[in-house]
Amino acid sequence: MPAPTTSTTQAPNSFRAGPDDHGFFGLYGGRFVAETLMPLIHELESAYEAAKNDAGFQAELRDLLEHYGGRPSPLYFAERLTEHLKGAKIYFKRDELNHTGSHKINNCLGQIQLARRMGKTRIIAETGAGQHGVAVATVCARFGLPCEIYMGATDVARQAPNVARMHMLGAKVNSVTAGAGTLKDSMNEALRDWVTNVRDTYYIIGTAAGPHPYPAMVRDFQCVIGNEVRAQMQEREGRLPDTLVAAIGGGSNAIGLFHPFLDDKSVKIYGVEAAGHGLEVENGHAASMNGGRPGVLHGNRTYLLQNEDGQILEGHSISAGLDYPGVGPEHSWLKDTGRVTYVPITDKEALAAFQLCAKLEGIIPALEPSHALAYVLKLAPTLPKDNLLVMNMCGRGDKDVFAVAGYLGMKI
Amino acid sequence: MRSQLRPETRIDRCFEALKREGRPAFVTFVTAGDPDYETSKAILLGLPEAGADVIEIGMPFSDPMADGPAVQASSLRALKAGQTMKRTLQLVREFRAKDNLTPIVLMGYYNPIYVYPSEAFLDEARDAGIDGMIIVDVPPEADEELCLPAIQRGLSFIRLATPTTDDKRLPAVLANTSGFVYYVSITGITGAAAPVVSDVRAQVARIKRSTPLPVVVGFGVRTPEQARVIADCADGVVVGSALVETIRTTLGTDGRAGPDTVSAVHRIVHNLAAGLRGAAARV
Repeated sequence: MPAPTTSTTQAPNSFRAGPDDHGFFGLYGGRFVAETLMPLIHELESAYEAAKNDAGFQAELRDLLEHYGGRPSPLYFAERLTEHLKGAKIYFKRDELNHTGSHKINNCLGQIQLARRMGKTRIIAETGAGQHGVAVATVCARFGLPCEIYMGATDVARQAPNVARMHMLGAKVNSVTAGAGTLKDSMNEALRDWVTNVRDTYYIIGTAAGPHPYPAMVRDFQCVIGNEVRAQMQEREGRLPDTLVAAIGGGSNAIGLFHPFLDDKSVKIYGVEAAGHGLEVENGHAASMNGGRPGVLHGNRTYLLQNEDGQILEGHSISAGLDYPGVGPEHSWLKDTGRVTYVPITDKEALAAFQLCAKLEGIIPALEPSHALAYVLKLAPTLPKDNLLVMNMCGRGDKDVFAVAGYLGMKI
Repeated sequence: MRSQLRPETRIDRCFEALKREGRPAFVTFVTAGDPDYETSKAILLGLPEAGADVIEIGMPFSDPMADGPAVQASSLRALKAGQTMKRTLQLVREFRAKDNLTPIVLMGYYNPIYVYPSEAFLDEARDAGIDGMIIVDVPPEADEELCLPAIQRGLSFIRLATPTTDDKRLPAVLANTSGFVYYVSITGITGAAAPVVSDVRAQVARIKRSTPLPVVVGFGVRTPEQARVIADCADGVVVGSALVETIRTTLGTDGRAGPDTVSAVHRIVHNLAAGLRGAAARV
């Protein structure tokens, strides 16, 4: 069989059944890693399958999510924004109120429990905006495991508060100068560490990407977001939401919100990619699905920003958390099947949404969900007033205060 | 056995000749187009005379995840100088026009092949005179994607076996491997820690119990002394990082090839080859 290059666009019976036994969502996903890591990837897959079906593991995780993570996060009716936009009824899923300030803690609590179960004694992770790095450093402190975080040098500079947090939590932060010094390069470096220390080290990948089983596992740990929304909306409005919107870097907060609703045909779903300076600017955006094509990187096949020769582009976004040339493989599949619509939002649009949200709702959002919000600003006015729209407020903007002040010419 | 049905390749002929001579294979790695196309061509053309038995040519990639700093830098130098997959194939064609004996193995990552796309790349690689390929991030689980189509075209697909490849997994790793088996002597990236010789000896012996193919050892071998010791327990040794590091040290301040770049690489290859022949003499 030749290497497949196109994906079926025929609608499957269920959008929630993937991945298959080899870790594929249609064309996307898989396990494209060096041989040194393959035995460990298989070990991880078995360990995760066993944990998933272990009531004790799940009960422990639920307890941690509630009492340490602060779940469930509220589903908040954004009344003033709704009045302002004169369209859909807008709710925020307040995952920025979680411990550590973003949805990243959901996944980290799950994976640290798995690492302990597997007897691993050292934790590594990559981070872009630093939200995942902070969440990893946090759970490592909580469970007494040494931890090293790889972070691109560019991101270290633009996300200084999170670097300080990681240090305070006892993590070692390795500044990565390779490439453009952003998320892609930090992931390369984390993979190099892992291949070197494969026997004792657990790699907590922060997004729903990487070799199988990571995309499915991270999604499962993040599905707490969508499952809560489902119950909360039932309680508030007595029915399902009509519209879901979330920002996509690797896509973990989005898949966590979307996945529980994928088979509810009435629910329209939008993923928002970072269009940076604009899709028309070469290497000036991070919208891998709107501006890239399928390829293989970091253990999975997915949409990638790349040149004609198959060299990976650095991409650009004002948001360090979205500044990644790839995307989780399940999103690539959801794009090709048409179940989810992926739309671009530029740096400027995100900055405007950031400011509007702060002034109208008294919530300073992270730059990542500011992209989702910017799309809500476009979409909500086109929808009827009884349309229930949920946007995932996946992170708070404290970490971005210095960077945004810089963009706005404010002196701190 | 399937391997006996396959037509004999330059790789097979090379290892058979070395066996008759009673010496290990010296496998050299350099990146295509490092530091520029013409210098790279001059380096490649002189490698056999300097003592290389098999030539591995790295296909530069923007994100070489299995490589250490030396090969990463080499890959980026080549890309910066305008190297592409098409130019790498052209480089091999130019080499083959002058040398039709030395086996050439391409080494690299899947993405540039996948988007070429794969079938077209394999056709052109075969026609260019390439004998085999080592693709780091395509494990046996994905054999249908690239390994089997390569074999159908008479190209050897050379698999990496590693310290973590246990007995349960080894048969799958060896199943569709041909030409030789590349044993990665450390858990880690290229050019990192030096391998522990006793471990390498035990692992190579374990692999050889499961396959009639030659086993060569790479990752972390830098000096003639190391090469000699490793060669005592294997059918060959790969040196790569030390060669591309030599290229780096000869570059001018503008990053371009210096007057000694080509000769310095050939000198270190000559010294390493002499070290290896010392191993053969002592056997």
